[in-house]
Amino acid sequence: MAKVLVVTSGKGGVGKTTTSAAIGTGLALRGHKTVIVDFDVGLRNLDLIMGCERRVVYDFVNVINNEATLTQALIKDKRLENLYVLAASQTRDKDALTLEGVGKVIEELKGSFEYIVCDSPAGIEKGAHLAMYYADEAIVVTNPEVSSVRDSDRMLGLLASKSKRAENGEDSIREHLLLTRYNPERVNKGEMLGVEDVEEILAIRLLGVIPESQAVLKASNQGIPVILDEQSDAGQAYSDAVERLLGKEMPHRFLDVKKKGFLQRLFGGNE
Amino acid sequence: MSLFAFFRERRKQNSASIAKERLQIIVAHERGRHSQPDYLPQLQKDLLEVIRKYVPIEQDQIQVELENQGSCSILELNITLPDRDR
Repeated sequence: MAKVLVVTSGKGGVGKTTTSAAIGTGLALRGHKTVIVDFDVGLRNLDLIMGCERRVVYDFVNVINNEATLTQALIKDKRLENLYVLAASQTRDKDALTLEGVGKVIEELKGSFEYIVCDSPAGIEKGAHLAMYYADEAIVVTNPEVSSVRDSDRMLGLLASKSKRAENGEDSIREHLLLTRYNPERVNKGEMLGVEDVEEILAIRLLGVIPESQAVLKASNQGIPVILDEQSDAGQAYSDAVERLLGKEMPHRFLDVKKKGFLQRLFGGNE
Repeated sequence: MSLFAFFRERRKQNSASIAKERLQIIVAHERGRHSQPDYLPQLQKDLLEVIRKYVPIEQDQIQVELENQGSCSILELNITLPDRDR
């Protein structure tokens, strides 16, 4: 049975697209046939993060408008056999996506994929609503910062009331918290909300904590999902998150401050 | 953190705990508001007008809340009447 996963946050710039790319790639790495769908019509970026921006011919809106078939619009990943991307269009028409159109495409994707990862746009407008409407599970991406946590809470409220599952009175969407851009050092100094603080406020299952990492920018510069950088802390943290998503128990890593040398401790630096 | 920074930092307030406190308050407040049905503000306005026909009361002297307890919902109406001798 195919699963529809939405990656959402409310607030922009917290790492939704980075997460969609990493989680989708991670699922495909583990042998699950996966498609990542960009819902950010007008401001598509998933193609860049996935490194397939020059191969976009047809997009999501073309499929909805019957200007292309789904097979024509799906972009096959060059690295992984099981991975596909459906790009958003760059049209400025905000109403390009419709509830029925999206529903039809999701239904068709369910026929040939195990996981459908929906990369939601920021905000609570139409695009964000459509991205989560058909979801079975939601990954709420949050930064340890007041505005992001508040927006995530607002998003949780919407997931519980404005989705297809909620409207049909079915089992509610399974919600996961993914804390990104986490800096254990600042948490220790009392300058940043800790993972327990955010868990306590949002009260949902913790899927993972992704440390603030230089690897993320490095990966996006090159159009490689960060999860493929297996040496990096962020890549490993995303791998763990994918394992947990698939039901495996994994201890949380990268929550503690890295030990510093004596000289570094005395004179500071690298802060 | 350098030696000097260590002593400097200690005197400052812990900003993360301030953030947590502020978030807990605003999130609890907003959750309450969003779980209420959309018609409540209008209902409150209408009720206010009806009561004002008989007793002079202010906007903040009437409180309408809907509570859900399992399968039954309770509409709670709280009206503070002015002192009698006035």
